[in-house]
Amino acid sequence: MTKITHFNPEDKFHAFLKTCGDTEYTTGPLNGENIAIKDNISTKGIETTCGSRILTGYIPPYDAHVITLLKKAGAAIVGKTNMDEFGMGTTTENSAFGPTLNPSNPDHVPGGSSGGSAAAVAAGIVPFALGSDTGGSIRCPASFCGITGLKPSYGRVSRYGLIAYANSLEQIGPMAKDVKSVSRLMEIITEYDPRDPTMINKPYHCRCDGELNGISVGVPEEFFGKGVDPSVASVVWNAIKWFEGEGAEIITCRMPSVEYALAAYYVTCTCEASSNLARFDGVRYGPGASLKLSWHDSFSERRTEGFGTEVKRRIMLGTFALSSGYYGKYYAKAQIARENVKNDCMRIFKDVDLIIGPTMPVVAFKLGEISDPLQMYLTDILTVPANLAGLPAISIPCGKVDGLPVGLQIIGKPFEDERVVETAYCYEQGG
Amino acid sequence: MSRGGKLVNMIIGLEVHCQLDTKSKLFCGCSTDYRDDGPNTHSCPICSGLPGSLPSINKKAVEYAIRVAKSLKCEICEESEFSRKNYFYPDLPKGFQITQYDHPLALKGILTIDDDEGLEKIVRITRIHLEEDPGRLVHKGGVDRPKYTLVDYNRSGIPLIEIVTEPDLRSPQEARRYLQKLRATLEYLSVFDSEKEGSLRVDANISIEGSERVEVKNITSYKGVEKALTFEYTRQKNALRRGQKIIRETRHFVEGRGVTTSSRSKEMEQDYRYFPEPDLLPLRVKEWSEKISLPELPDARRERFIEQYSCSPIHAKTLTGDLKVAEFYEKVAKINPVLCATWVADTLLGELYYRNMSVQAVPHERFIELIAILDAGKITEKSAVEVLRNLLDQIKDSGICESPNECIVRLNLGKTGGDAITKAVGEVISEQKTAIKDLKNGKKGAMNFLVGQVMKKIRGRGDPQEINLLLEQALSPGDE
Repeated sequence: MTKITHFNPEDKFHAFLKTCGDTEYTTGPLNGENIAIKDNISTKGIETTCGSRILTGYIPPYDAHVITLLKKAGAAIVGKTNMDEFGMGTTTENSAFGPTLNPSNPDHVPGGSSGGSAAAVAAGIVPFALGSDTGGSIRCPASFCGITGLKPSYGRVSRYGLIAYANSLEQIGPMAKDVKSVSRLMEIITEYDPRDPTMINKPYHCRCDGELNGISVGVPEEFFGKGVDPSVASVVWNAIKWFEGEGAEIITCRMPSVEYALAAYYVTCTCEASSNLARFDGVRYGPGASLKLSWHDSFSERRTEGFGTEVKRRIMLGTFALSSGYYGKYYAKAQIARENVKNDCMRIFKDVDLIIGPTMPVVAFKLGEISDPLQMYLTDILTVPANLAGLPAISIPCGKVDGLPVGLQIIGKPFEDERVVETAYCYEQGG
Repeated sequence: MSRGGKLVNMIIGLEVHCQLDTKSKLFCGCSTDYRDDGPNTHSCPICSGLPGSLPSINKKAVEYAIRVAKSLKCEICEESEFSRKNYFYPDLPKGFQITQYDHPLALKGILTIDDDEGLEKIVRITRIHLEEDPGRLVHKGGVDRPKYTLVDYNRSGIPLIEIVTEPDLRSPQEARRYLQKLRATLEYLSVFDSEKEGSLRVDANISIEGSERVEVKNITSYKGVEKALTFEYTRQKNALRRGQKIIRETRHFVEGRGVTTSSRSKEMEQDYRYFPEPDLLPLRVKEWSEKISLPELPDARRERFIEQYSCSPIHAKTLTGDLKVAEFYEKVAKINPVLCATWVADTLLGELYYRNMSVQAVPHERFIELIAILDAGKITEKSAVEVLRNLLDQIKDSGICESPNECIVRLNLGKTGGDAITKAVGEVISEQKTAIKDLKNGKKGAMNFLVGQVMKKIRGRGDPQEINLLLEQALSPGDE
């Protein structure tokens, strides 16, 4: 049976790129719950722009797998949320349609790139949202906005319909005010999809019954190293002490590969992005190719107009890194560094069940505060290891610094998303 | 190098792209049977490259490629992977082609052909890999200065295999024979349909020993390969004769004019920025490939034809060089297989070629009937050819034909009976006194003349040997 919900919220923080007004939903476990969708997830009949001018007017003729599943579960898809263009950013300031503001303090950014989804949840406009996380794009805004966001294990959620930024790194994941809601969404969106060859068929079941069961927790020294704000570190240490108080074994450890993680991440994601974004040439999307120019010049003109500065920067970086003569120096080396990060994590996981630390080294910046791209990239240092190694990682609120939320990051072994969620739930209930 | 018109050594390597005849495309479920349908009617989010779509490998296409690799005695690689070949072109919906680069499906094979002296020659295969076909551009208002161009994604994502040879070929004729043998092999494997338009594309690397090599692209037919290489060989030889250097370049074959033209300058040299396709898992198919069995291939079938039907080696080779011909022969070789072999290989194929017809158009029952009539001595060979021609013309015009018997009656081609021949012999003997005199004087040609005269009277419907015998009997001294 189909019902209709009306959705036309006051969007003070510019969380949405589009709200859907009257939205149909059917009966199911989510029975009419409103959910906001990051604008890089394809929604049939609803404009999907990835926060980019080049996709203006693009209305997908098909639903992403997760959207099909949500609809089947009775969710109402009520709007598309703002994001850094194609997911490239840490603040949502790189949206072609203007930044989203942080509901905790509108002078500050919400984090990114899933800033719209985080703000929509934090402002109480929707109880659920989907984001995507390539190098921290769910966890960073969850941390900055004070909500819960999970990046599932690589291969746990179908990417079919997620407009690719960096295929080998990214996952769609749930964002919500509390861990139980995140877990509810996971139950739905992890249903197997043969259309994503990188997906593994492993149904998600989590009881969320609040037992820590004598776990051991690794705390990498590097997660509290240079660049980590001491007041953020102290809030996170308090959380870690809570775990100790609950009987968890806390083991400090080393993750030396972190030093190369950022470089490995940025080389890999820009290489993949340079290829993924080649299809936006004006032939099929956007205002259309020019009939007056040669195809080559027309492509060039459309791409010059359509992409923002950060996207162009990353396309250029990736194109360079894949060029003949540089492939071995950059892409191939990045894959070695990536293996090292994986190996480091697996070594640590021989002794511990989970790795815990801050999600972000800082709290939310002021709008426009950071203009140097390199300085911005450095703030991804604690989130990219989970993407490089394909691990499940959650960010949950663990306190505030200067009135701005701090996120606690819990990273698990591959495909142990349930344990990550379970542990986050325990902390949420008791911490 | 080239002195006094002496042949200089030509070195040729081929890269052959063949469409695999699967039901669905390489990475999506779209049907591959698009040729009679309107543009963009066989496309989906995956093969039209819509954002967010992901490729999934078609297992059948991999199986077909493995069959090819095994038939060419290649090593199947333990692990192979797909890569992205990045370049911009309006027919390429994703801005990259999914292909295989430094980890192809199979390496190091061979294909045996005849060289120009008719001796067996081994052509080494370097590698075989799988890739997707791009879309197709339709230029409106002429290719050179089109008003605008339309894109059709029906072809986008059709599975291709690329088969690369070592530079082992030495003449355009060898190259053609390699392609024919390759085509026959692929058709025997039931993985390829050479009659589908655009199902085969060839790039050829050609050099004259000691000079730079030139790549000729855009060859789309078997005859085209021989033409393009012959042109290119002459062009390079002439240039060298004039003391010019051959530059390493890519040239385009213009099928209509039979020439190659320089197509890309060196500054435009593409950098494809290959990297592993992150959306597809590596292929590990070696174990599976060992379980895939192959059907009988051309060489084995040729040996069997010699053994089973007592075909001559040359007929056996012709008959097995094309799967459809071989299958036709086996259907019709019921009565007199040796006679059948001659008739299919020497007569039928020529008549079909002349009419640009496929052997599949010939109803085998009719052919069997014709051979049976011929084998029973009811018509002469000459008449049988005439019947065959009539039947083929009818098939070409209307798709159907009368029975050989009907044709023989209609054209009055039945062999003339003994009485009529005896009568004609008597008439000729009484009319051709001079020739008979010549014959008696030992003039050799006289007998042939007399036989010809008898044939004329019975309108060719007699057996020359029989007439000869009757004439000899009639003219023998005992009867005088």
